[in-house]
Order: sequence, then structure tokens, then C-alpha cells
Amino acid sequence: MPETRKLSYGEAANAALRRALDDWPEVLVYGEDVGVPGGVFGVSKGLRKQFGDRVFDTPISESAILGSAVGAAMFGRRPVVEIMWTDFFLVALDQVVNQAANVRYVSEGRLTAPLTIRTQQGTAPGSCAQHSQSLEAFFLHTPGIRVCMPVTAQDAHDLLLSSIACDDPVVVIENRTLYHGGKQEVSVGGPVAPIGGLRVRRPGTTATAVTWGSISQQVLVAAETLASEDHDVEVLETPWLDPFPWDEVLASVARTRRLVVTHEANRTGGFGAEVLARVAEAGIELAAPPVRVAVPDLRLPAAPGLAAAVVPAAGDVADALRRVTTTG
Amino acid sequence: MTEPETATDTMLRDLRGLWRIRLLEEKIRDLRLNGDIVGSVHLCIGQEAGPVGACSVLEPADALFATYRGHGWALARGVPAAGILAELLGRSTGVNGGRGGSAHFSAPEHGFHGENSIVGGGAPLAVGAALAGRFDGTGRVALCVFGDGAMNQGSVHESMNFAAAFDLPVVFVCENNEYSELTPIRDMVRNDVLAERARAYGILGERIDGNDPAVVRDRVGDAVQSAREGGGPVLLELMTARLVGHYIGDAEQYRRPGELERLAETEPIARLRRALRSASVDETAIAAAHAEAAREIEAAAQEAAAAPPAGTDAVRRHVHA
Repeated sequence: MPETRKLSYGEAANAALRRALDDWPEVLVYGEDVGVPGGVFGVSKGLRKQFGDRVFDTPISESAILGSAVGAAMFGRRPVVEIMWTDFFLVALDQVVNQAANVRYVSEGRLTAPLTIRTQQGTAPGSCAQHSQSLEAFFLHTPGIRVCMPVTAQDAHDLLLSSIACDDPVVVIENRTLYHGGKQEVSVGGPVAPIGGLRVRRPGTTATAVTWGSISQQVLVAAETLASEDHDVEVLETPWLDPFPWDEVLASVARTRRLVVTHEANRTGGFGAEVLARVAEAGIELAAPPVRVAVPDLRLPAAPGLAAAVVPAAGDVADALRRVTTTG
Repeated sequence: MTEPETATDTMLRDLRGLWRIRLLEEKIRDLRLNGDIVGSVHLCIGQEAGPVGACSVLEPADALFATYRGHGWALARGVPAAGILAELLGRSTGVNGGRGGSAHFSAPEHGFHGENSIVGGGAPLAVGAALAGRFDGTGRVALCVFGDGAMNQGSVHESMNFAAAFDLPVVFVCENNEYSELTPIRDMVRNDVLAERARAYGILGERIDGNDPAVVRDRVGDAVQSAREGGGPVLLELMTARLVGHYIGDAEQYRRPGELERLAETEPIARLRRALRSASVDETAIAAAHAEAAREIEAAAQEAAAAPPAGTDAVRRHVHA
């Protein structure tokens, strides 16, 4: 039965894992420090105790973690594995791109790989260049892999459940700066939604701001700033990047004719470029050149003062929104 | 009641199994050289005893993961030759309708969970198949095949340790044909007895004669049984040799003088024929093993060639659920 609980983002993800383990006997949960310690961010806390051998710790072996999840999924399990930091994917990307993504297509659907990979990414004060990257574009460039980035506690719960129920490999990219934020009202126990969709965080008419991940908070602040300057910006948050809500996004841009895309990933080859390209291909006549707000093409420095100089904040987004709303 | 198979009956059955693979590979080579098959093709000519011996001890529920040199493993596991040939020819009746090609096809309905074109890429998958077996009550064993070159891949190291840590029933079969693609394995390691690495993982490891199907059957049989009974993973190093290049077109400049002539004496078919003659088996029976295999492969080739090309209507399907 659906009920509402006050949960943090991390607790909401934990509730989703607990429900998945309860409802679906084929679910396994494993990864580095996931079992007895309950995860370095506490997301799998208590699950080992409740579900025993279906929740376990592994060696620090990302290829074996990911590949065994693909193999177990091919044989009827529904593994949920954790890659502690998205940067750690890079030592084992073969198992996602060459293995998981090919299982269904090459076998014409005779084999499937319904696994879920939880990870977290993004900048946080003091994090080094190997613990700060935003790599969603790597997966979005891999047909066959679904990708989502939960932002709210409700997302952390719902998107994870939708991903586990999905028969495709899904990469769920959480954000460690959100895990222990304030408790929010989260509805749990309801029906599991299919993957996909978007959220209109703020309806508006003068420009469309598309964003995903924790940086969407900066976009919302910027939109409020613009509102105080009499510019009514529509903020579309897209927690699902694959499938991406193209129809809704293009419809909004066609209506406002002004576009800013904001992401925490590097600019070149980021998914923002794809959004701009699709808008161009759709023949939407923009009133002002579109703008991408992204981390410039550099490595990420650890010192908070240095990182703040390159990671976009609300002021940068507001500047971009002013550019598109006051041009043309 | 049927009579139990005699020792020479088993040898003749093995000989037919070796010939089936040899002739399939020779057929594929011809089709590649005349242009009917295109792209990279890796043949297992000379390495047939591994699949013939090992597949004979697997149960239907067991998992088998092979490499791009996997046609022989597929055939020995029970994948029909016509389906393999059609796959390589890009025909609609190929086991994956032409999507896998020579180096990346699977046929799970026959217990063949796929070739892999990434060296060492299949080892973690095999671990997962064994892990699934722990929860689904099948008692499944996963047989994971790779070459000597894969022993230097991180994914294989990770997989052996992972399987060892959790006592998972994986039999790692390393086909040591002396060459990691074009480079001698002895030059790429300090200790070229690869099976000795098992000790470092705390698992059983053994280097065996990989050119004798009876030896392979015996040792893989013991490994599979031990894994199935909870003994954890096993590493077997099958000493063998390929009589052809790494791929069709390989100039094989790495061969030592006289090497192929020496290998012709020790390759599995020559050896088994000698053994059958020593056991005074009738020449007509020895010839029949070849003839039966030849008939099967020829019929399969005709069937595959007669099938229509894979249709493009569905080429965008199956990217997602």
C-alpha cells in the first residue's frame, strides 16, 4: 500500500532496494563495501542483515562486478550492482559497452541482461580529478544502455525501482552531495513506473532551460533570479536521459524559441550538444543562439576555490539565460 | 539394454567429433577465401580436442562461454553446423540471423552462451552464470574458455579471484596454443606454466595434454564434478597448437623453422588415428568417422548456402526490450 515517509535521498534509494529485494526474489545487490558495511554512503545499510546472501561485498574488481552481473542477468537474476564512483567505471567499461549493451541485440533477444548499475558522480568540495567527473555521455553514446540521474528523494526511490524492473541494462547515476540532504516526503509502496519521462520544474514562456543531475538546483535558482527580472523561464528537468523525452523538450523549445542547456559534464561531446543538435535538426527557428552551460574542457581541480572557478553555479546559468532572453 | 561403449568406440566417436570441427573449419576457410564469408575469421584447426573432450562432460543446464575462436566449441556443444555456417554467411537462418558473425555469435538454446571478441571479456560473464546457479537451484557449472593471451588480462585475473573468493563453480579452460595472437606467450610471462597461477588464487590448477580428447574429458570431467560439488573454481591449461594463423591471412612469421611439420605429428586427428591403428581398429571404421563428418558438414554447407540473406526489416529491433 502506498504511504508517505520522510526520507533523505540516500534513505529513499535504500527503501527502493529493500522493496526490490522483497518483491522480486531474482534481485541480488552487491558491490564493493555494499554488504556488511552497507555502502560507503550508507545506501545499502541494513540490507545484508535482512536479506542475507542476496546482498554481499565483493573484491575491488569492477570488471568482475559488472561482468558477473551481466552473466547472472543472462541467467535469470536481476542484479543491482554498485560502482562506488563513476570514475571507477573506466577500468571496466568493456563489461558495459562491449558486453551488456550487446547481449540483447546480437542474440536477437534470445539473451537479455536486465541488470541495474548504481553509481554516483559529480563534483564535491575537495574531490580530486579522479573522483569528480560527470560521465553520463559515455553511456548515452552506447545504444542498449538506459541512463537516469535521480535528483529528488522521490527520484532516488522511483527511478531505481523502475530501473530494476526494466529488462534493459540501466545505469543509475546518483549524486553523493544529495545522499544526506534534508528529508523529503517520499511516496513509497505505489506501482512501479515504466522508465522515461521528465519533470517540468517550473513552467514558463520566455525561454527553455533543460538540465539534469544535481546542477538542476542551480538552474532553478537562476530561473527565480530571471523571474525577478520579468523573464519567465521554463525549467525542464530530465532525470531520464535514455530514453530522453525528445518530444516534450522540442515542443517547449519550439514554443519559447530560446534554449539554455546546463550540465555538470564537460562541454565538448556532452549531452547538451546532442540537445542543441536535435533542436537544429528539428528546424526550430530560435530567436537567439542557444547556449550550453557546462564545465569547460579541463580536468577538475581538488581545491574548493579552484573547482568553484570552473563548475557552473546559479550566476553562470542566470547569465546564460539573460543572454538568450535579451538577444533577438 | 544397450551395450556399454567400448574404449575403441569412444575413440572412434572422438575421431568423428574432431573431424566435424576440422571439416567445418576447413569449409569456413574455403568460404572466406572465395569471398562468400567476409571479415575476420579465427580458426581452431589443431585445437579440436579441447571442445570434443570438454563438451562431452557438460550437462544441458551448464553454461559455456568461448572466444572468437569458438566455432569448434559451438559445434561440440550441439549448435548445428548449418546454423553456424549460415551465421558466418550472413544468412537469415544463422544462429543470430547474421548479427554475430564469425566472432560473436551465441546459441543459448544449445547451451552455448557465446563467443567473445574481447580477449578475456567473457570470463566475468561466466562467473555471473555460476553466481546465478547458486540462487536458481540448477547446480549449473560455467565453463569459461580463453587462450593463453587472456591470462594476461585483468578481467581474467579478477574473475578467477572473484570465483575463488565465493567458491563459484567455474571451470576456467585456458587453451595454450603458445601464441597470444602473433606473439609467443613465453616472451610475455616470466613463468610460462600458466596453470601455476591457480595456486595464487587458492584454487586447483593443472596443465594437461590438450590434444587428446580422452585426457581432456577426464580432467575437465573431474573439474566440473569438483566445481559442481562445491569445490570452487578450477583452472585447466590445455596444451595445444593451432595449425593455422591467428586469423585467415596471418603471415605466421612467428613460426620457428620446421614447427608446422612437427605439429603435424602431434595434432589431435593424426594422434588419434595412430592410436586407433595401434589398437588394431579396422581402417574402414577409421575412414567412416571422417566420411560421416564430411557428409554432415557438406549437407550443412548446402543448407546454409541455400538460405536467403538476413533480412534488413528487423535490423533496428532488439536494441532495447
